[in-house]
Amino acid sequence: MKQEYTITVYTENQIGLLNRIAIIFTRRKINIDSLNTSPSEVDSVHRFTIVINETEDVVRKLCRQIEKQVEVLKAYYNTNEEIVWQELAMYKVPTDVIAEKVKVERLLRQYGANAVVIRHDYTVFETSGHREEIDSLMKALEPYGLIEFVRSARVAIIKNSAGFHEKLKEFEAKDAGEKVIENVFLGKQEEVFTM
Amino acid sequence: MQTLELVKEKPSWADKKNTSISGSQAVLEALIAENVHTVFGYPGGAIMPIYDALFDYEDKLKHILVRHEQGGIHAAQGYARTSGEVGVVFATSGPGATNLVTGLADAQIDSTPVVAITGQVFAHLLGTDAFQETDVINITTPVTKWNYQVTDATEIPAVLAKAFYIARSGRPGPVLIDITKNAQIQKFDYNGYEPCNHIRSYRPTPIIRKEYVEEAAKLINAAEKPFVVFGQGVILGGAEKEFKTFIEKTGIPAAWTILGLSALETDHPLNVGMLGMHGNYGPNVLTNECDVLIAIGMRFDDRVTGRLDKYAKQAKVIHLDIDPAEIDKNVKATVPVWGDCKETLPMLTALVEKKEHNAWLQRFKDMMKEEQMLVIDHEMHPASDEMSMAEVIDALNDLTKGDAVIVTDVGQHQMVACRYAKFIKSKSNVTSGGLGTMGFALPAAIGAKYGAPDRTVVAIIGDGGFQMTLQELGTIMQFGAAVKIIILNNNFLGMVRQWQELFHSRRYSFVDIQSPDFVTIAKGYGVAGQSVNDRKDLKAALKEMLEHNGAYLLEVMVGKENNVFPMVPQGCSVAEIRLK
Repeated sequence: MKQEYTITVYTENQIGLLNRIAIIFTRRKINIDSLNTSPSEVDSVHRFTIVINETEDVVRKLCRQIEKQVEVLKAYYNTNEEIVWQELAMYKVPTDVIAEKVKVERLLRQYGANAVVIRHDYTVFETSGHREEIDSLMKALEPYGLIEFVRSARVAIIKNSAGFHEKLKEFEAKDAGEKVIENVFLGKQEEVFTM
Repeated sequence: MQTLELVKEKPSWADKKNTSISGSQAVLEALIAENVHTVFGYPGGAIMPIYDALFDYEDKLKHILVRHEQGGIHAAQGYARTSGEVGVVFATSGPGATNLVTGLADAQIDSTPVVAITGQVFAHLLGTDAFQETDVINITTPVTKWNYQVTDATEIPAVLAKAFYIARSGRPGPVLIDITKNAQIQKFDYNGYEPCNHIRSYRPTPIIRKEYVEEAAKLINAAEKPFVVFGQGVILGGAEKEFKTFIEKTGIPAAWTILGLSALETDHPLNVGMLGMHGNYGPNVLTNECDVLIAIGMRFDDRVTGRLDKYAKQAKVIHLDIDPAEIDKNVKATVPVWGDCKETLPMLTALVEKKEHNAWLQRFKDMMKEEQMLVIDHEMHPASDEMSMAEVIDALNDLTKGDAVIVTDVGQHQMVACRYAKFIKSKSNVTSGGLGTMGFALPAAIGAKYGAPDRTVVAIIGDGGFQMTLQELGTIMQFGAAVKIIILNNNFLGMVRQWQELFHSRRYSFVDIQSPDFVTIAKGYGVAGQSVNDRKDLKAALKEMLEHNGAYLLEVMVGKENNVFPMVPQGCSVAEIRLK
């Protein structure tokens, strides 16, 4: 059964790696719903957060192919229940319409939004949250002449994760410990992905 | 004509500390430090500084000037496959680099260790569509194990060390290093060459899980009808001896993929033949009867498995592989045994009971008898006057006694050669298995000869494939690579014609290929040869070819419409293999 999976990849900070990882999806004709790259909690280690809609079998194979790349340290996959995730969105609306027709404070409170810029010609709000929350603010603003809307890629924290500091030590050691091959599993997802 | 002597000088990098050298010199120092003796390549504008430096390294590095970059990389592949070392190829930027792509893809899918070094335009011209500029890093990303662009000479020693380590370790593969012209020219303070043996984010060999080895041994000990299928992993791991000890202790019949061929001598009593689309009858059918399938260093290619949903469904599968991504990729493993089979096989052998599976082995032998009667006898002794490909291979076996390196191109002749060639030594079969690259054999055979200079190298090529890279006869002429070439000429693109006959109602669309006078062409390149049309001349011609001092081209005219059987038609189960 297909469902949303969030893939978290810890990598070296290397030019061209984004392309190597993207190719793993494109050659299998898998659409990436969202992709974010950023520094991680560990200095020099980068973190990719990739969202796709696929079956677990496919996602597992993708993670193995990703981990096979020389500069990839680790790839994890999680369902939405296993992560805390957020997206950020910005909305540009005409100031005169908003000022005249909307109870702005109530709107901001209801959707957990903030005003980022207020000019005489336009106002920019931002909010963060799950997709539905972001979409519902967009719907609320649409009748008031929404000029521009943009949503960021997903960022996610794995609920059951102790972070990457300890694991990195094992990667840095010449002889890898058990943790390094944690993602090598045998139908033991529960046990293996114990984050 | 130059001779085939190889340079055996020791590396000199240790003496070069604290000297100012150019990026180009650093490249060559790295190669010498990595024990590279032979490089294949083709110069051009963007790699000229490296070639200029090479001029002073002639006593340490032998450079073989090929006639096309594709020939260069196939030669490097052939070299790697017979020597077990990393093959190295040079090419210039732009078209030179793009001509390597086929060979890189071939090396990637067949796990061949190759380091390709390409020249690139000056760094300040990158991305400007400069003369002979292509984005070679992005072009080659999907077909390399790793690639990297160097724009500063100081990076060269460390990057090359990393390249060799990645190419040869774990599951081997091709690496491409693209070096801008300014980096080749730039001088820097050289502090010697440090080989690489650890990269933080790269674990070439997974940790062996003892509990899985134990689990595997339990399954093997309880098996009534166990069956081993082995691939090139046995050869790449140098585990031929460990493999033989394992099957001999357990008494398990073993069958090979075409890249696994020669890992076990053909006449070994437990060697039950070839798997896959044109493999032997017994191993294909009995794959769907065995109770435990032990896959060693093979990746369940679709040409081996046929229809996956009907492949060995009754069997418990033990999969030994160094690449974790291969486990469960195509066939779900009951027990995966990660690791280099050189290490895992002895662990497994220690835990398995000594057994014989005579009745089960007899099933393979009985089916082989059936195949012998219905297919092989007709192939070896055709009733018609037309010669068959199989009888040529059979005659060659008689003369070489299984001691030759056989390099094959792609098509019917490849399947026939792999089916019938006999081997007594490992690393004797060089073929393009995964990518199926026509034009592979002639340049790969040149490389194979440099990789195994003391062995007889016989390239077996179809009339179609030969015409794709025949310009490499020029390389043979200039460098004296004593390659024996057999063209099995049926005046057809035989394999496509066979499919058209069987699956496209004999609509022979553009497979009738005309050939030039191959012997005259060879003569033009200074290569001796003859054409044989009559069975009675075959053996003498083969003998003359093998005894000839130097390269030799033998064209054998074979039956125009011979088919390769057995065959598992595409979309069928291996048990549905057709004998005719």
